[in-house]
Amino acid sequence: MPSTIIDKVWGAHVVSEQPGAPALLYIDMHLVHEVTSPQAFDGLRARGLVVRRPEHTFATADHSVPTTDRTLPIVDPIAARQVAQLEANCREFGIPCHSMASQLQGIVHIIGPELGLTQPGMTLVCGDSHTATHGAFGALAFGIGTSEVEQVLATQCLLQKKSKSYRVEVTGQLHPSVTAKDIILALIVKIGTGGGTGCIFEFCGPAIRALSMEERMTICNMSIEAGARAGMIAPDDTTYEYMYGRQFAPQGEEWDRALSRWRRLPSDEGAVYDKQVSIDAAELEPMVTFGTSPGMGIPISGLVPDPAGIADPGERESVAKALRYMDLEPGKPLAGHAIDVVFIGSCTNGRISDLRAAASVLKGRHVAPGLRVLVVPGSHDAKRQAEAEGLDVIFLAAGAEWREPGCSMCLAMNGDQLEPGQYGVATSNRNFEGRQGKGGRTILASPLTAAASAVTGVVTDPRRLA
Amino acid sequence: MKPFTRFESRLVPLAIDNVDTDQIIPARFLKTISKDGLGSQLFCDWRYDAEGRPKPDFILNQPRAKGAEILLAGDNFGCGSSREHAPWALTQFGFRAVISTSFADIFRQNSLKNSLLPVVVPREVHAELFALPVEATVSIDLESETLVLPDGRKVAFAIDPFAKHCLLNGIDELGYIRQQEDAIAAFEARCGSAVNTLG
Repeated sequence: MPSTIIDKVWGAHVVSEQPGAPALLYIDMHLVHEVTSPQAFDGLRARGLVVRRPEHTFATADHSVPTTDRTLPIVDPIAARQVAQLEANCREFGIPCHSMASQLQGIVHIIGPELGLTQPGMTLVCGDSHTATHGAFGALAFGIGTSEVEQVLATQCLLQKKSKSYRVEVTGQLHPSVTAKDIILALIVKIGTGGGTGCIFEFCGPAIRALSMEERMTICNMSIEAGARAGMIAPDDTTYEYMYGRQFAPQGEEWDRALSRWRRLPSDEGAVYDKQVSIDAAELEPMVTFGTSPGMGIPISGLVPDPAGIADPGERESVAKALRYMDLEPGKPLAGHAIDVVFIGSCTNGRISDLRAAASVLKGRHVAPGLRVLVVPGSHDAKRQAEAEGLDVIFLAAGAEWREPGCSMCLAMNGDQLEPGQYGVATSNRNFEGRQGKGGRTILASPLTAAASAVTGVVTDPRRLA
Repeated sequence: MKPFTRFESRLVPLAIDNVDTDQIIPARFLKTISKDGLGSQLFCDWRYDAEGRPKPDFILNQPRAKGAEILLAGDNFGCGSSREHAPWALTQFGFRAVISTSFADIFRQNSLKNSLLPVVVPREVHAELFALPVEATVSIDLESETLVLPDGRKVAFAIDPFAKHCLLNGIDELGYIRQQEDAIAAFEARCGSAVNTLG
């Protein structure tokens, strides 16, 4: 029977299936960070357990870390204690840890792929919902809670029920200045933030094949914003070219053997999916969000919807509540709305290609007066590469801030945040109330849209500056 | 783990769809290295004003929430991040169940591991529950997977059988997985992985 890539990766990792219980699934790679792990390590200590496969575990500090001068200590004592606890836990349990002082430190979902830790066909978990990012390589990658972090540390396994398969086909060709971010925002608008609940997406179709690995990661990253725990893209030559020679990728003969395994991963012709949806890339415009959920988005030429025109009472009230929080008027365009801050970074759009895209708009231009623009590379590798290409000089000359790697203003745990009432255009993944700082108002967009808005000081269609 | 028993409680209605984990417990409270002390931060930004005083119009600050053990929530409750701090905060406040029409996947799994029961009911029942008077109580019986309404009518709900078994018998999942050590070791011997981060 023809099988999907989801079936293939799942099937290769089932350790056992006991009657009346979910399958026991083996986990190849476990990424760990400072926020969701301390209580899991406490649990191991309380039971006197060790980490079963420390060499299949990799830790970094990203959520709580400041993005300012790394030679200075962390000012916030609670964040400092959390990062120190991660380092101590990793020392105690023998886990490789790349914290503040390491040149491999960065956002966990950026460094995994950059280092070649993320590989096709593997199962990969992390105590973070954006673990879906790694599915861009054809890995089955999903976020887990702290109890599950403890289970994987102790046993390298999880009890899992197989999710439904959801085929997301993206046909056609993107217009210039329309990006991977716009594809995924459009999908979330189309199927809703709960549309993928209980499912794993497989993204396919010519528009997906045409994307770089970094763009594919942006798409898989936001699977969770449509409710799906994981999103996968079958590996192809683009994948292998990206991976070849990376630090932890297989080398020499091992690479050849791995490649022949990976080439068997793509879904078979005629494989059956539980659900499916299709999007035409050629119909897409740059997308922006107007509300407090990633599903509340519009094409940039569109108008903020009027709740009065929404039939479903629950949705009507949600949109009305969101517009009150965002202080936006129904029926007006979002383009042209004044903003206070632009944030370029995060596990969604903090990779080198995103920095290049933003720099292409900011080159020879200046950010609007009074506007704060933070550019936060996702990793040291992305930062070094950007600096080698002179992108830092472009950002600084334009009046933007060039910062150290971390999650930063995506979730505002580290002091990088919006002030109450401020509007921010962000390349990150969530526009929830207060996500980027209590009372802050987030407009999600692509790096091109964010950079164009930085130049004008208002929400701006990047095609105007292209 | 304490076995989960049948209980009866008033409802705390929160008629908002897509309540995300950043609302349940804002990220700035995730810098803790402990599981404790999160109950007072539950729904913090809806619950307190800028000076940290309880907002009287928010449901958790009203008398009906005191001692209540069931949160009645809108569609797609718990969407967003994987933070287990969300069920920790809800249980520390005193909730033992959340009733909704749907839950986000990771939140649902995290809840079941913390004896917080995610109860999915049909839309009509959901609407009916929101219309109940303040003092009305419902009871939840996990064993028979039924919700009993104030007028005695029973509404069935479904819980994953394994999670139910663990909750009813106080079984801890990690302990269960560790009993399968032989199968895990055999799997590892059969399917070595190329990845080695210490290499």
